[in-house]
Amino acid sequence: MDEAMSYPQIEPANFDLIVIGTGLPESILAAAASSSGKTVLHLDPNPYYGSHFASLHLHDFTEFLQTHSLPSAPETQPSSSGEFNVLPLTTSPVYSSIETSVFSPEILQKSNQFNLDLAGPRVLFCADKMIDLFLKTEINHSMEFKSVDASFICEGEEGNLRNVPDSRSAIFKDKSLSFTEKNQLMRFFKLVQDHFGDGSGEESKKISEEDLKSPFVEFLSRKIGLSQKLKSIILYAISMAHYEQDNLEVCKDVLKTKDGIDLLILYHKSGGRFPNAPGAMIYPLYGQGELLQAFCRRAAVKGSIYVLRMPVVGLLADKEVGNYKGVKLLSGQELFSHKLILAPSFILPSGFAPSYLYPEPDGGHDFGLLDEKVKVVRGICITKSSLKLDVANCLVFFPPRSLFAEQMTSVRVFQLSSNVAACPSGMFVVYLSTLCKDVGQGKKMVNEAMNALFSIPISGKPEENSTDSHGENTVLRLKPSLLWSTVYIQELTMGAFGCVSSTFMPDGNLQYNNLLDATTKLFHKMYPNEEFFPEATSSIEVAEDGAFEQLDS
Amino acid sequence: MHGRPRKAPTEEEQEASVVKGAKLRSIQAKFFQFHHTNTYTKEALEVNAKLLEMNPEFITGWNYRKLAVQYHLEAAQSDEDSIKSILDEELKVVESALMTNFKSYGAWHHRKWVLNMGHSSTDRELFLLKKFQKLDARNFHAWNYRRFVTALKNIPDEEELQYTTDMIYENFSNYSAWHNRSVLLSRLLKEEVEGYYPKEKVLTEEFEFVRNALFTDPDDQSGWFYHLWLLDQTVKLEHLLVSSWPPNGSNVNVSDYCALSPSLSSISRTLPLILCFSEAVGGINSSTVSVVCESNMDSNLTWTPISVDKSGFARTWLTYLTFSSEPMHPSRNYLVKVSIANSEGIISSAGFCCSNPSHMAFTVCLPSSNTEFDEGPDIERIDWSEENFSSNQLHSENLGLINSFNELTISGGNKKTYETNAKIIADEIAYCRELLSEMDCKIGKLTLARLLLAYDALSSASRGVQDQNMFQYKEILELYHDLMKLDPPHFQYYKDQYSLVFLKQELANEESLLKYCYQYRDSTSLSNNSLCLCLRGLSLSQIGCIEQLLWVQMLDLSNNGIRSIEGLESLQLLCCLNLSNNKICSFSALEPLRLLKSLKVLDISHNEIGAHPIDTRRYLCASPLSHASDWKREEFVVSGPEMTIYWDAFSIFSGLNLRQLSVTGNPIADKKFKLFLCKLLPAMKWLDDEKLR
Repeated sequence: MDEAMSYPQIEPANFDLIVIGTGLPESILAAAASSSGKTVLHLDPNPYYGSHFASLHLHDFTEFLQTHSLPSAPETQPSSSGEFNVLPLTTSPVYSSIETSVFSPEILQKSNQFNLDLAGPRVLFCADKMIDLFLKTEINHSMEFKSVDASFICEGEEGNLRNVPDSRSAIFKDKSLSFTEKNQLMRFFKLVQDHFGDGSGEESKKISEEDLKSPFVEFLSRKIGLSQKLKSIILYAISMAHYEQDNLEVCKDVLKTKDGIDLLILYHKSGGRFPNAPGAMIYPLYGQGELLQAFCRRAAVKGSIYVLRMPVVGLLADKEVGNYKGVKLLSGQELFSHKLILAPSFILPSGFAPSYLYPEPDGGHDFGLLDEKVKVVRGICITKSSLKLDVANCLVFFPPRSLFAEQMTSVRVFQLSSNVAACPSGMFVVYLSTLCKDVGQGKKMVNEAMNALFSIPISGKPEENSTDSHGENTVLRLKPSLLWSTVYIQELTMGAFGCVSSTFMPDGNLQYNNLLDATTKLFHKMYPNEEFFPEATSSIEVAEDGAFEQLDS
Repeated sequence: MHGRPRKAPTEEEQEASVVKGAKLRSIQAKFFQFHHTNTYTKEALEVNAKLLEMNPEFITGWNYRKLAVQYHLEAAQSDEDSIKSILDEELKVVESALMTNFKSYGAWHHRKWVLNMGHSSTDRELFLLKKFQKLDARNFHAWNYRRFVTALKNIPDEEELQYTTDMIYENFSNYSAWHNRSVLLSRLLKEEVEGYYPKEKVLTEEFEFVRNALFTDPDDQSGWFYHLWLLDQTVKLEHLLVSSWPPNGSNVNVSDYCALSPSLSSISRTLPLILCFSEAVGGINSSTVSVVCESNMDSNLTWTPISVDKSGFARTWLTYLTFSSEPMHPSRNYLVKVSIANSEGIISSAGFCCSNPSHMAFTVCLPSSNTEFDEGPDIERIDWSEENFSSNQLHSENLGLINSFNELTISGGNKKTYETNAKIIADEIAYCRELLSEMDCKIGKLTLARLLLAYDALSSASRGVQDQNMFQYKEILELYHDLMKLDPPHFQYYKDQYSLVFLKQELANEESLLKYCYQYRDSTSLSNNSLCLCLRGLSLSQIGCIEQLLWVQMLDLSNNGIRSIEGLESLQLLCCLNLSNNKICSFSALEPLRLLKSLKVLDISHNEIGAHPIDTRRYLCASPLSHASDWKREEFVVSGPEMTIYWDAFSIFSGLNLRQLSVTGNPIADKKFKLFLCKLLPAMKWLDDEKLR
């Protein structure tokens, strides 16, 4: 047990809370608990922060996926030590069907210059709850953000990107909408803004309760009379519906008007929240992993103890009653706490059946967890040129049925450039994701989206529309060529609350709201009498190119 | 910068402002010491700089700096380096003042003043502007300064135009950006810069550009204003229309009009000649307009503009033809030929030069002998009652005289251009209708009405004939009618526009004009032509279509809602005017009457003169001072306290030779006022219904 000897001894041995795994929910909970005066020990078996929310170098990224696509063998057998039973802690595979293609091997030499998100694509809205929490906890001081420059909708396999007219000036600039459509869309935006007016507005400007409960798609066509094109833009590129909404009988997840316009208003409020962030969305420099690290720093400041590279082999249970008592580390050390939180890949030992699963069934709908069979398909592409000339960071939406007739869910794409340190300069990282029930179907959607956007160097026969192999059709946009790509399936899990609680995998949404809601709920279950972070406010730094220099410079 | 609610200052803020005030006062005191002793030392300048940084609005502070700069520049002689350092220091002071308040007039002005000396580099200016325009994209100080800097740096207009495009893309609610665009485009179009020619192409593109704003947010006015500017550019007619009295082809009996001669009861061989243009023109004189008569006639004519604007231009010009008293064949008619724009020199207010002459002719019948004009001792009162007017006695010879429809066109513009522009407007009309089908929009309706009018003007110009029937006049009237209901605060404007369109339709066509012509029961000595244009009870608020009415001598505008009689001054033959039962609320509103020297009978009874104690118009246009030139001390025949009360009535009536006046039914018309009028107008025979001694 030489290896075990190299692990440090942890002092003290008793805590209010032990957290295993440093994913975003775990990190927020550690920070929240320590803010409420709890003693917290935060452990992670990996040498880096983030667990399933990490931003990793290319090499670490592929390794992490591989590791978590296999069930782990227990490091220890059920045993008893002294007054406790030791229940072995194992993990279940959360990734599957990983397909990685390396078209340009030299890229692997630059592994360290990539920061790839395991849970991509994901963005922050300037007005969302996550940003509010950053401001409240003042953790934003240690982070820097960049604006997402544009958002596009892609219809048809040609991969033509059209700007999403998501604001007044975007509608003005848009070249593909008719004048009447511009008028209709802006009037709809105003109607929504009036609904959320400052309260002084007349009651007649409010959308009726009945309408709020009706399906959004019906509201848009019946009440507002929008064209199919505008409906598609609003539903999938602004309100970000997952499932096809047109056929209400078969749609699994009908977006209600209320939820639809909530997202719209989030979009609008985000648009001007920070004077130096021109767009509605921002992204943290060095990747999503920065967010959870900021919470970990905050927890550490409040006295939490952090130990990385520290596998936990088993949980300690009371011999008589079977209650949770503590954990046993790989080093053999036993540590004790009142409560334990596990990262989602850990299998909850059968002795600690959760008393409560969350989000609740009705909340599961927001969470993208319609039933347990739903999974997220994620893809990452690395290219040498941008999807759109002169655009660094952007979103692209493929509405349902835009790629092929059986495509039932919307595919979201997020391109990042070197200006957020996602990749070496001159390259771009593009994330894709969609929900699916059938793995084959899901992978087909992501692959088709990749085909629409990129030219894939070693594809057997050239696609009808690809322009790379024959230079004859110069009218078409030259698609960026792939250097590296991966596609994988990620499980969606429920969180569980009990004497041992566990968090959940990243959901299929583009934004953090539902993750944060679920985390907050878990915190209140665990500590019903505590406030979720006490008050404190500041402002946020959004860096931009050519930032405003001091006038006297 | 806009739409931010004002918050009441907190206690700390109030305290801070008290402290700041005290500090400011103490520095200011120091500064004044230096200023009064003309001290321009380094220390003094530093105190001043500090003061201006705290309070950039302090104009005296800036003026002091200018004195100081001049003082130091003199000392520096022509040492380029020290001049530069003196001026650079100024730029720095301005910059820090602008940091405090970037809307300070004094600071921007000082910067211009320094840069105009030409020693400083202008490189930093655009950089600074970029920052200020980012802080507030609409800041007109910055835009103003931008125009100054771009002129200084010779930045091409095309580049600046692109800048306005970028700013508009960012946020199209930006009057300053749209305005600058119109300024730049005017120049580019005028100079026919490559890419900005032909004008029609540019206009089409601009209409399309602004259409994006109009459709996206019709409630935002900035785009509509630019649209209005574009419309104005598109509809600008590059030719002048002219109507005249006597009309082309008419036959005039001079003795019928002797009462109109400038010097009353003198020789009766004078005839007024009136030219009325489609817009104000200048340069009408005996060389640009030639008048030739078979008979002996003084051809060295003096042309008088009626109601001139600032540049001395007027729509209507008047001269008197004087025929020699030599006996001629009395029965013969003599031909008078008039050539307008005979030589170059007529300039329209749009800056357009007329070079193609146009010709007209009429015949005159001269009286056989010098019959003295006699008013007769006992003239009958003009009675405006309806029963005194009949519609069935129109004499055919009169028709020739009211026919001023043969308008002459001088310097016809390119018909093809009008056709193209009419097409542009037709497209705009279609888009405007599309927008209105989507939503109710006041400014959209107003624009549609304006577009329809513009289309009418252009399409008739492109056919080269003045089409007397407006195509869509019913729709235009309906639009204005709707607007009156939809937008009560601007009711009066719509009402005025309604009146103008209505009159244009009703009077611009001979057939319908005749419906409004009535014969007064008997010829009076006032005018041989007792034909009265009767526009009574049409709910007009304004009079228009003046160019068709030059012949009118008797005009009944009673029972309308008239507030303004602007334009009426062109009716130089007018002798009887009925304005009773209207909404005239001050004597200042009757200003045009001062120019109607032939007016003998006036009825302004039952208006609102004197009802409003504060007459805002009175301060806008009419005051004793504004007419200083034509007021002579000896004219104050009536003096005493009445003059101070009734000076505006005096200013209207003193130059007129009224014989009959009705003022009853106005709040001002009390006994005292009537006495004042009797004193002022000794020749008056009838006041209200009373015969005067």
